[in-house]
Amino acid sequence: MAKNCHNDLKMKYSVDEEFPDLSLHNNHMAKVLNKEIYGKLRGKSTPSGFTLDDVIQTGVDNPGHPFIMTVGCVAGDEESYEFFKDLLDPIISDRHGGYKPTDKHKTDLNFENLKGGDDLDPNYVLSSRVRTGRSIKGFTLPPHNSRGERRGIEKLSIEALSSLEGEFKGKYYPLSGMTDAEQEQLINDHFLFDKPVSPLLTCAGMARDWPDGRGIWHNDNKTFLVWVNEEDHLRVISMQLGGNMKEVFRRFCVGLQKIEEIFKKHNHGFMWNEHLGYILTCPSNLGTGLRGGVHVKLPKLSTHAKFEEILTRLRLQKRGTGGVDTASVGGVFDISNADRLGSSEVAQVQLVVDGVKLMVEMEKKLEKGESIDGMIPAQK
Amino acid sequence: MASSFSRILSSKRKIQILSLVGGSVTAGFLLHRDHVSAGGVPVRRSYPASAEYPDLRKHNNCMASHLTPAIYAKLCDKATPNGYTLDQAIQTGVDNPGHPFIKTVGMVAGDEESYEVFADLLNPVIKERHNGYDPCTMKHPTDLDSSKIHSGNFDAKYVLSSRVRTGRSIRGLSLPPACTRAERREVERVVVEALAGLKDDLAGKYFSLTQMTDEEQQQLIDDHFLFDKPVSPLLTCAGMARDWPDARGIWHNNDKTFLIWINEEDHTRVISMEKGGNMKRVFERFCKGLKEVERLIQERGWEFMWSEKLGYILTCPSNLGTGLRAGVHVKLPRLSKDPRLNTILNNLRLQKRGTGGVDTAAVGGVFDISNLDRLGLSEVQLVQTVIDGVNYLIECEKKLEKGQDIKVPPPLKYFK
Repeated sequence: MAKNCHNDLKMKYSVDEEFPDLSLHNNHMAKVLNKEIYGKLRGKSTPSGFTLDDVIQTGVDNPGHPFIMTVGCVAGDEESYEFFKDLLDPIISDRHGGYKPTDKHKTDLNFENLKGGDDLDPNYVLSSRVRTGRSIKGFTLPPHNSRGERRGIEKLSIEALSSLEGEFKGKYYPLSGMTDAEQEQLINDHFLFDKPVSPLLTCAGMARDWPDGRGIWHNDNKTFLVWVNEEDHLRVISMQLGGNMKEVFRRFCVGLQKIEEIFKKHNHGFMWNEHLGYILTCPSNLGTGLRGGVHVKLPKLSTHAKFEEILTRLRLQKRGTGGVDTASVGGVFDISNADRLGSSEVAQVQLVVDGVKLMVEMEKKLEKGESIDGMIPAQK
Repeated sequence: MASSFSRILSSKRKIQILSLVGGSVTAGFLLHRDHVSAGGVPVRRSYPASAEYPDLRKHNNCMASHLTPAIYAKLCDKATPNGYTLDQAIQTGVDNPGHPFIKTVGMVAGDEESYEVFADLLNPVIKERHNGYDPCTMKHPTDLDSSKIHSGNFDAKYVLSSRVRTGRSIRGLSLPPACTRAERREVERVVVEALAGLKDDLAGKYFSLTQMTDEEQQQLIDDHFLFDKPVSPLLTCAGMARDWPDARGIWHNNDKTFLIWINEEDHTRVISMEKGGNMKRVFERFCKGLKEVERLIQERGWEFMWSEKLGYILTCPSNLGTGLRAGVHVKLPRLSKDPRLNTILNNLRLQKRGTGGVDTAAVGGVFDISNLDRLGLSEVQLVQTVIDGVNYLIECEKKLEKGQDIKVPPPLKYFK
């Protein structure tokens, strides 16, 4: 284990003296971390120098909300999930429906395994989108990486993305070098991402050196988009207007696999293992890291007493159309899969496709003044 | 156990020895790809210093003005004995490019040793910020003898309130950008214990941010004593808001004229204030209180961070030396409209702020007027400068009231 002088300094103090005050906290980290675990792990440092205090800082600084349960910790590198498993395994279990340290995660990016998804009613389904994240092996993660590493990630990403052809041919826009015209266009396309302001991210150190090494790549068709060095090394997004989730998912899978091949050729494949699937900064995004969703008009269904229960049974979640933590406008909701770890990409997108199809049918019934009681699904 | 560790570190000479020892240990710890810096921090050098050098092309702060690629290359592998690195020291300046008109410092110290280990960068920054003060050749005078002050009682028709503040750091404990929770709690414990020993007009009470009642909080807000979690990115990017509000608190005397902030931007911020224009009495209480607190911590084996070169050591290089800002809220409605005001202030070595503090606007012709300088002049000298300057401003205002003209005074010399 590498020597970490700052961490060694802390060891001169007792566990009691260093243990954070979590009495007002409501996040997954605070629910799991106790003095015993703290005492066991606080002397450790991953080879790149990431420590337990680094993992939990965001959760200490952000007590959370009585109703919303945040994760409260991040990984600084691939090894974090090993070195700090005594803390992270129980958090992963709490967050991902009881996922056990011995469980194996299935990866399935074969779009042909998806059934249907090309016939969602565009009168209701306004747009479809699938996103995930990828981390590049051999580099540390956004909470911890240095400027040199971040630039290395950017350079590799540009190389990989510029070699894409056909429907994936596109262009990279570095955040620091963008012209005003380019910036305006990216804002209008809803592609531009901002410096994080959420303290969940800033307290984890993810906004350091902004905007150095950050940028946006998209294909000429504006249907495939990659964010470089935001909350993860890469965020990969496939999207289009209308309800053809099948096509969105096809492009997502094909594009991802092409990119992965190129990174592998450079000896920097994606971080992945059998147990946790794709390794990302936030434990909530492990597994597939996939959020597949639609913007769908459900003004009647959304005010139905059983709406929340229907979503839960379908293993779906709702957000406002501005994304996480926003409110819905005009009865239009962002509906996406709730799960990330323990089921495959195909399975998760299938849930979205089937679930949204059902909810649109329910909406139509309610429009006609009919009951939907017979349509309430069983728990998936 | 922690206090004996700090006692070992309390001698200045021992600190220098530790920095040297750290350097010779580096070779022994060189690993394959990750090597270990002088302070024993793993430094991930897959990349040369040139690949790690920050992009400062859009930056306008003191750090950016002086951090050349050569200096970065020389210092980037170094760390203080506590493990604080150059990248950490400059992070706030990298993250906050600054404003075209306001030049911020752009870096902080994580501990006392930062000022030695990163001297190649900090010395030119200090020089620029403090009017050419050169830590290599000059000595900073400390003088807390308030009896030397004269004419420090202003006309209350003009001066609404008087205030003197400074900061003090506890030697042996890391500073707010770098301190661990245990160290921060140790600062709180040491200072609160010492303050409990204050008597008479200085006797008071401590209000911990984590434990104060709603009534206490309301009272502190009404008294304008309560400080908030920092929101300025200048501070948050330097890591000073970590673990908030753990080990933060406010102490004040029963008279509400002597106030100490614990673990905000510095270990302690010490404030003496009262309504009206008796700056001399404010400064007297300030000096008395500071000396008493120092005596009380020394009784327990602690001391303040101080050096001959830099005076009192604080987190931000802008607060070195005296760390002192002595100021008044003064009504100057006519003078505030005079185009010569800024020149007059500059020549008197004064600065103006709005009555909300730094970065606020003046309201109703009432200004916060205080000393510009911190380092190279003593506390007595700076407070006298404020007194002389404010007296001059009041004279100007009176002249303007009578329709007479005013004169711009000649500029004061630095480092008398």
